[in-house]
Amino acid sequence: MMRLKTLATVLALAPSLLTPTAGHAAAPAGDPVHGQDIYESRCSACHSIDANRVGPAHRGVYGRKAGSAPGYAYSPALRASRVIWTEATLARWLTNPQAFIPGSRMGFQVAEAQDRADVIAYLKTQTAKK
Amino acid sequence: MHHKITMNAGALNAGLARREALKAGGMGVLSVAAIGILAGEPTMAKAAASSADADILNVALGLEHEAIAAYQIGAESGLLQKPVLDAAVLFQSHHKAHRDALIAAIGKLGGTPVAAKSTSDYVASLDIASVKSQTDVLRLARKLERGAANAYIGVIPSFKNVAYAQISARLAADETMHWTVLTQVLGDALPTQALSFGA
Repeated sequence: MMRLKTLATVLALAPSLLTPTAGHAAAPAGDPVHGQDIYESRCSACHSIDANRVGPAHRGVYGRKAGSAPGYAYSPALRASRVIWTEATLARWLTNPQAFIPGSRMGFQVAEAQDRADVIAYLKTQTAKK
Repeated sequence: MHHKITMNAGALNAGLARREALKAGGMGVLSVAAIGILAGEPTMAKAAASSADADILNVALGLEHEAIAAYQIGAESGLLQKPVLDAAVLFQSHHKAHRDALIAAIGKLGGTPVAAKSTSDYVASLDIASVKSQTDVLRLARKLERGAANAYIGVIPSFKNVAYAQISARLAADETMHWTVLTQVLGDALPTQALSFGA
């Protein structure tokens, strides 16, 4: 009886164990409109979509290799990283950039998972110019 | 008294760093700071922490350089009338004081302070061509002040040394003061919700 109960518990947990996010909370769906508000109030101190400022320009950042925006002087750590900016890597970066890529210069953290998802959803809309 | 607080903060940081080192070790990834702690090399760990703090302060310094340039461009534009011009010059002097404090802190941490860019760089990156009136200058300044306040709040959790986190909070307070005055001059409403900065 006990063995059956254990088996049932394992089977019930199996789908979550097999997903790529096993052990982590699933990332919430992002709202690009709210993401733009957050971008303008928090990210735009250092960043613009089309201009390199204190931080690099963000147009086309989604899907780009980290440390590769033209004309921006990155830290050696970011330049040498092999990170490609996806939803997962951007979420880790925004959670704690210096923990994700030690030696990077950005220290700004976005504490809330929903806010991170919204900013990422907004950045996804800022595709590279054709 | 101050010495005692510093030592407690140092002990707290060391404890947290040690815990992070053990956590990271479980995942097979060690930061330079963690390696230093595990190898009994506190100097190495301290250097990595100082370097990380200096990097964050250098980003802040970049913001201050930009703010000083923005107020300079605004003051020389001929668009600002007294007493708004006087306020802009005062705020610029605050940013210059921030710059000097940050340069000193970065130097103390062994970092190299970033230099200001050229005025033409700031003119381009801040889209100064679109600024045509005193209201435009004030709106740009207010946007930069809000961004800076939020940036200073957003980096607070990243500092290894709590003394720099406190400096960041003080800088955020100055930027918020500037934002509030600019909002009043523009005749715009203040936020109806509490905790409107950093969110």
